[in-house]
Amino acid sequence: MTIALALEQLLNGIQLGVMLFLMAAGLTLIFGVMGLINLAHGSLYMVGAFACAAVAAWTGSFWLGLIASLACAAAAGAIVELAVIRRLYDRDHLDQVLATFALILIFSEGTRWLFGDFPLYLDIPALLQGVVTLPGDASYPVYRLAIIAVGALIALGLYLLIGKTRLGMRIRAGESDREMIGALGVDIRTLYTLVFALGSALAGLAGALVGALQSVQVGMGEPVLILAFVVIVIGGIGSIKGALYGALLVGVTDTLGRFLLPQFLALFVDPSQAGMIGGAMASMLIYVVMAVILAVKPRGLFPPAHA
Amino acid sequence: MLTRENTVNLVLALLLLVAPLAANAFGQPFYVTLATRIAILALAALGLNLALGLGGLVSFGHAAFFGIGGYAAGILSSHALSYEPMIFGLPGTVQMPVIWIVAVIAAGLVALAIGAISLRTSGVYFIMITLAFAQMVYYFAISWPAYGGEDGLSILVRNQFPGLNTMKPLSFFLVCYVVLLAGIGLFALIRASRFGTALQAARQNETRVATVGIHPYRIRLTGFVISAMITALAGALYADLNRFVSPSMLSWHMSGELIVLIILGGTGRLFGPVAGAALYVAFEFALGGLTERWQFFLGLILLGVVLFARGGLLGLLAGKAKHG
Repeated sequence: MTIALALEQLLNGIQLGVMLFLMAAGLTLIFGVMGLINLAHGSLYMVGAFACAAVAAWTGSFWLGLIASLACAAAAGAIVELAVIRRLYDRDHLDQVLATFALILIFSEGTRWLFGDFPLYLDIPALLQGVVTLPGDASYPVYRLAIIAVGALIALGLYLLIGKTRLGMRIRAGESDREMIGALGVDIRTLYTLVFALGSALAGLAGALVGALQSVQVGMGEPVLILAFVVIVIGGIGSIKGALYGALLVGVTDTLGRFLLPQFLALFVDPSQAGMIGGAMASMLIYVVMAVILAVKPRGLFPPAHA
Repeated sequence: MLTRENTVNLVLALLLLVAPLAANAFGQPFYVTLATRIAILALAALGLNLALGLGGLVSFGHAAFFGIGGYAAGILSSHALSYEPMIFGLPGTVQMPVIWIVAVIAAGLVALAIGAISLRTSGVYFIMITLAFAQMVYYFAISWPAYGGEDGLSILVRNQFPGLNTMKPLSFFLVCYVVLLAGIGLFALIRASRFGTALQAARQNETRVATVGIHPYRIRLTGFVISAMITALAGALYADLNRFVSPSMLSWHMSGELIVLIILGGTGRLFGPVAGAALYVAFEFALGGLTERWQFFLGLILLGVVLFARGGLLGLLAGKAKHG
């Protein structure tokens, strides 16, 4: 094991964490403001990826695809909010789970209908192809570094949006007292649609960015959705700050666990066994981390102060 | 007492028995298998209904217990057929009763661990944590190659029940049907017992339950474990029905489907899972015959039920539940 390899794995972990943050930020925002658990968030991730791949294939431009992914995911989110989600705000969590589960079935099969059963592929734009050399003679893809940069920018943007703007003030007010800001004359229904569309756009962006690393296919959002759940449970549901730290923790733990555990076990048992046991243990590692954190802090690391 | 709900229940129970008997008489074993599937899914959902309907614990991770039951059947029979001893030199077995006991105990222990942590939280945290733990079991099954990993594990010959030829569809159906009836009986007993009353009270008003000196956490944990055990038993039967067990039994889609069964039938109702499973399998069969994309329409129907018909099928047939 070299320092260069470890650095590369650490960066991969951060990149995964950044992706998870884009998903988790939307989920946690929607839960914080509207009290809604949205299983269909992974479908919006998928919508973003498909929109980007389709538009990029049609126009030849990844950047137009990226814009399309934001627009389509935000539009899909807004339509779903207007048609279905807004009937669910005063329902219990069970109804929300079921209705959004139904939305997943509709989105997944609907996408299969439109695009067929075969995955689409999305190329990394020419500008971001290539590698950079890291200290210790390792090379690392520029595109993954760009994803990390995008994530950092979005985190900063969200911080400014929520902390410094009028919209952000309304969102924060919505989190602490829905009835009161409605009574003060804020159009709460439009605010909810906006927040939902914002969360959806973030999910769509994440899907499009990851789409260039993996294949774009139906069901791609579901593993990410569940990891994002782990993230917001660890971070404290409703907390953007918690989502950021939780996402980085989960991303780095998962990636380094898969890399280090087999090597660590190889010190004790023979390598093929170590690979097998280590792989199985690494796939459970983040859930163990979650269990330990919850055993100590049942409301997560950064529980929102008011709830 | 022959209330409207009891009549509906009785009709459902008889229909589920008579339909496969008739199908068998007319030489249509496929419909017997369909009825077996209904009985097994109903049992799985019945287990979940104990936690979800009575206890108000929305577990999105019951596929874990369903799959553990399935793997118990698969692993025990594969060891019995290959004559390879398992851990601690114990032999495998192809006897269903032994498999059921192992499935139930294994799932009970896992549920105890998962429940002990998850029940420290509530509401939306509980939903997500049970989901996450089930995913943990799922990924473990995928990455552990000894029992087939991602490809799953075939059960070459269906496991045996003393005195019956379980390879005959009707015999196996009757086994599942009797187990389902026993499960329904157990559910009714639990619901009427002091424990069941406490479990329902803990859903309705936790503070009051605590005030009269009952520990809600312990009651819920017990309910969660029993619920997991019933679902695991159904999982063992399901593996025998398909003669195959794979990580898909553990997937979160399965957890979602189990909740869907309950909602389609009617939450917390004694025969809700039976009605829900029958409706679900009927949808799957009828829509699946028409279009490959039947899940699209299932999604639309489900959305309609959640938004507009909250009592489920039993709510339509037998009126509103007497108490929430």
